Amino acid sequence: MDYEWKNVGPLAAIPRQGARRLCFGQGGRPIAVFRTADDELFALIDECPHRQGPLSEGIIAGKTVTCPLHSWVIDLADGEAQSPDKGSTASLPVKLVNGEVFVGLAAKVAV
Amino acid sequence: MNMISDPRLHLVVIGNGMAGMRTVEELLKRDGGRYRVTVFGAEPHVNYNRIMLSSVLAGDKTLDEIVINPQSWYDENGVTLISGDPVKSIDRDARTVTSVKGVIVHYDRLLIATGSKPLAPPLPGITLPGVCAFRDIADVDKMLEAARNHKRAVVIGGGLLGLEAAWGLKQRGMAVALVHLMPTLMERQLDVAAGQLLQRDLDKRGISFFTDGQTEEITGTERVESVRLADGRVIPTDLVVLAIGIRPNVDLARAAGLAVNRGIQVGDDMRTSDHDIFSVGECVEHNGQVFGLVAPLWDQAKVCASQLAGDGAAAFASKALATSLKITGVDVFSAGALMAADESDDEITLRDDRRGMYKKLVLRDGKLVGAVLYGDVADGQWYLQLMREKTDVSALRDRLAFGRAFADATGAAAKGPDVAAMADDTQICGCNGVCKGAIVGAIKEKGLTSLAEVRKHTKASASCGQCTGLVEAILAHTTGVTVEKKLAALCECTTAGQDEIRKAIMADGLKSMAAIRRAFAWAKPEGCHKCRPALNYYLLCAWPGEYRDDAASRFVNERLHANIQKDGTYSVVPRMWGGVTTPAELHAIASVAEKFAIPTVKVTGGQRIDLLGVKKEDLPAVWGDLNKAGLVSGHAYAKGLRTVKTCVGSEWCRFGTQDSTGLGIKLEKMCWGSWTPHKVKFAVSGCPRNCAEATIKDMGVVCVEAGYDILVGGNGGIDVRVTDPLVRVTSEDDVLEYAGAFMQLYREEAHYLERSAPWIARVGIAYVKQRLVEDVAGREALCARFLYSQKFAQSDPWAERAEGAKALEFARLPEMADA
Ligand code: SRM
Ligand SMILES: Cc1cc2nc3c(=O)[nH]c(=O)nc-3n(C[C@H](O)[C@H](O)[C@H](O)COP(=O)(O)OP(=O)(O)OC[C@H]3O[C@@H](n4cnc5c(N)ncnc54)[C@H](O)[C@@H]3O)c2cc1C
Ligand code: SF4
Ligand code: FES
Repeated sequence: MDYEWKNVGPLAAIPRQGARRLCFGQGGRPIAVFRTADDELFALIDECPHRQGPLSEGIIAGKTVTCPLHSWVIDLADGEAQSPDKGSTASLPVKLVNGEVFVGLAAKVAV
Repeated sequence: MNMISDPRLHLVVIGNGMAGMRTVEELLKRDGGRYRVTVFGAEPHVNYNRIMLSSVLAGDKTLDEIVINPQSWYDENGVTLISGDPVKSIDRDARTVTSVKGVIVHYDRLLIATGSKPLAPPLPGITLPGVCAFRDIADVDKMLEAARNHKRAVVIGGGLLGLEAAWGLKQRGMAVALVHLMPTLMERQLDVAAGQLLQRDLDKRGISFFTDGQTEEITGTERVESVRLADGRVIPTDLVVLAIGIRPNVDLARAAGLAVNRGIQVGDDMRTSDHDIFSVGECVEHNGQVFGLVAPLWDQAKVCASQLAGDGAAAFASKALATSLKITGVDVFSAGALMAADESDDEITLRDDRRGMYKKLVLRDGKLVGAVLYGDVADGQWYLQLMREKTDVSALRDRLAFGRAFADATGAAAKGPDVAAMADDTQICGCNGVCKGAIVGAIKEKGLTSLAEVRKHTKASASCGQCTGLVEAILAHTTGVTVEKKLAALCECTTAGQDEIRKAIMADGLKSMAAIRRAFAWAKPEGCHKCRPALNYYLLCAWPGEYRDDAASRFVNERLHANIQKDGTYSVVPRMWGGVTTPAELHAIASVAEKFAIPTVKVTGGQRIDLLGVKKEDLPAVWGDLNKAGLVSGHAYAKGLRTVKTCVGSEWCRFGTQDSTGLGIKLEKMCWGSWTPHKVKFAVSGCPRNCAEATIKDMGVVCVEAGYDILVGGNGGIDVRVTDPLVRVTSEDDVLEYAGAFMQLYREEAHYLERSAPWIARVGIAYVKQRLVEDVAGREALCARFLYSQKFAQSDPWAERAEGAKALEFARLPEMADA
């Protein structure tokens, strides 16, 4: 698939075990970029599958984030909720080029 | 179509509702491999809990939350769902069904589960826009749309459905009138007295009633405008909800030539007059009886599934049923006879108007045959069981009306239901017919530890949810030991207990989370969202001034110094020392609210003002403006000191013995900013009338002529606990010293997320007295340690951020130009 890669700034702008929301969204929905303790990057639609809680404000441990509203645990890699909860939020591709973070938007806006 | 390759029989189900899908679930449990299953559903949805539509309407649940089987369930079990396409005919000779969209499917066995239809009387105006029934999601959508865009609603019908509709619409902000044909509400389930109590309570909650009201006409041109009654009364309205009853949905069955009376006639084996066609749910008639509640449908589903799976002996028999109403705060229960049939019957009534409690029991030949309960329904399931089992209650007669605990204990009444004493066959969940023994059995066998798991495995409390409290109590009772064991370990990353870890932090000088995790061989190298905030707190408490707080291990509220709201905005609560404010502060709050278009300004339960709905990006600027007027963070988000509630005290009040307001402010100034295991609330009352509610605070002070009574370990939250008296002192300085020492003891010894009330309940007030009252040197040392740690804690986090600290945290990641 083709992506439209957007540069969203240097890695340092995202705290370790932290996340930031982007100033643009996809299909009208917010996007967050997450950085794990060992500097892996992930991007998700910033809406918890439970009730759209902002995942970017959750506590990040390993490759998961805990939603701040009702503590669902979401897998950063694929946006799936951990059992026993069910649901998922879409994930987007991210890459790091010369210390700059790029997020890939689907060229054809897929929902 | 090539179906020959599939050796399984084809079961076709008409109706994707509660009874039909429960039958499929039961069948999968018994013999998943025998059938290939296809389901037709008229509604464009997966199977959902119809009962809970009332809760959706009232805003207590969302549609997502009431789904019983999501699409994945159909997929995983190989069940084909054709939704949004009703079946229009059955051809019994060809053994096929045909849908409205023209899908034709061959069946080996057919299950009709078409439910019922709302009654629609031939009233003039009934087809106008703005008239609906209350049966499915589409109806609820119509009502919610009306609630958003209109003001007034009329519900016709004062039965269970009508009342729940009226309540839901009221909750959604509409002005609601209810028209009922009979003189009292729910007359089929309640006697006159209970019906009147119900009407009185709902009247108080703002629903207007038109009883003895025969609707003659619904008027309007574009949309409904009013409802006119036979006696000439006219009720203007924008929405009319018809809830006057239901009728079994038998059209398909009748057209197919099956035996149909009021409902589709079935035998004990749930077969219709055609051996290969079964029927369950509200569309059936069994021994002359039709159904309107789910409990008997679950029994039908089991029998039907057993028959389909080849168990020819399974037979359905109807049992006594109970009704209850799902309106928050209104407790109604009814089963069996409503009143004595003749003189030989025996009626017992118990009525307490102040408590709004009413009970009527009907006895016949020494057996209970009816129960109507209002206000206190805790014993409903017990009465139902006595009725079903036809127990001889003559020996209990005198005590029967006081409930099970009293009747069983013969002595003083126990508090609440005693799950330990409950017999295994006591029915807990009326909807699903689950008894205590089945729940305990499942918990033990499958090692269940949560309510959700118990629901999944037993269905107990999974329908109307009214027995949730009981199920939880049984869970706690059954798992008692193991639950405690689990609590002792901090989280799943470790087997170490909290006390053990805290001791090691001090004894081995552990100064970072990584060091603790190494020392205790943590399962996950980074820990999890449960242990990280706890370890972060333990380290802060142990090494004041030395340990650097880890923002990534803080819950969002504590990281951003504001409380996150359900829509992702934040609330801002400035400190209002002791509940006292000034015109200048009020001006500042008012201008901030205007300047940032803050949608809600609310006085909190803790004597201060909450600004709700602030956007994250605006937080630093809002704080900056508040700071300029001298307002600082109220830590409404923190596991730390929240409010110090005070009364006016001796400065103004004619009963005040000391300056409670002044003392409250001193306490707040001394203790704000510290991090504690859970939040801490204080209060100071000027006399024993206790207007500041000091007896339900973590620490309360009640002023008396002779000095100050210090009380600790109170809580007004989930489990209300009254404080234990600690000591009486004579000066304000003494109070401050005790407060400091109490804070520090709590900080050093309570577990993370343990309020002072459960902590003191755990360690005992005697221990706390020994440490704080008897050990004078110990008290002084504790207070000194507290004051030392406060040196590093008392800086306003808002001021730092308003001045630009962590500015990045509040902004969004910008798109770079050179993309
Ligand atoms: C704003 C306020 C309600 C109001 O509009 O009045 C409130 C709002 C919340 N309370 Fe409260 N509580 C408020 C007074 C109370 C009181 C009354 C009091 O303090 O006198 C109680 C019972 C007293 C007590 O704590 O003993 C109270 C018992 C709770 C509890 C149950 C605590 C318990 O130990 O059982 C929680 C849940 C928790 O903390 O885990 C809670 C949690 C919450 C949270 C933080 C829920 C959450 O996690 O989002 C709410 C935050 C809303 C917000 O963003 O502002 N709130 N809450 C009150 C703020 C007072 C203030 O000025 O700071
Ligand atoms: C608002 C509300 C609150 C309630 N509260 C309670 C309560 O507290 N306690 C309680 O015990 N009961 C309660 N009930 C009653 C309970 O919901 C019903 O008893 C139960 O849903 C009946 O199940 P059923 O499967 O027979 O019918 P339904 O659940 O109605 O299922 C029948 C399904 O068949 C579909 N259908 C009909 N014709 C066709 C066709 N030709 N082709 C395909 N599909 C078709 C319908 O669209 C429907 O989805 C309540 C009902 C409502 C509406
Ligand atoms: S009682 Fe407290 S926690 Fe519950 S809704 Fe009200 S503010 Fe929120
Ligand atoms: S919104 Fe995320 S857990 Fe509820």
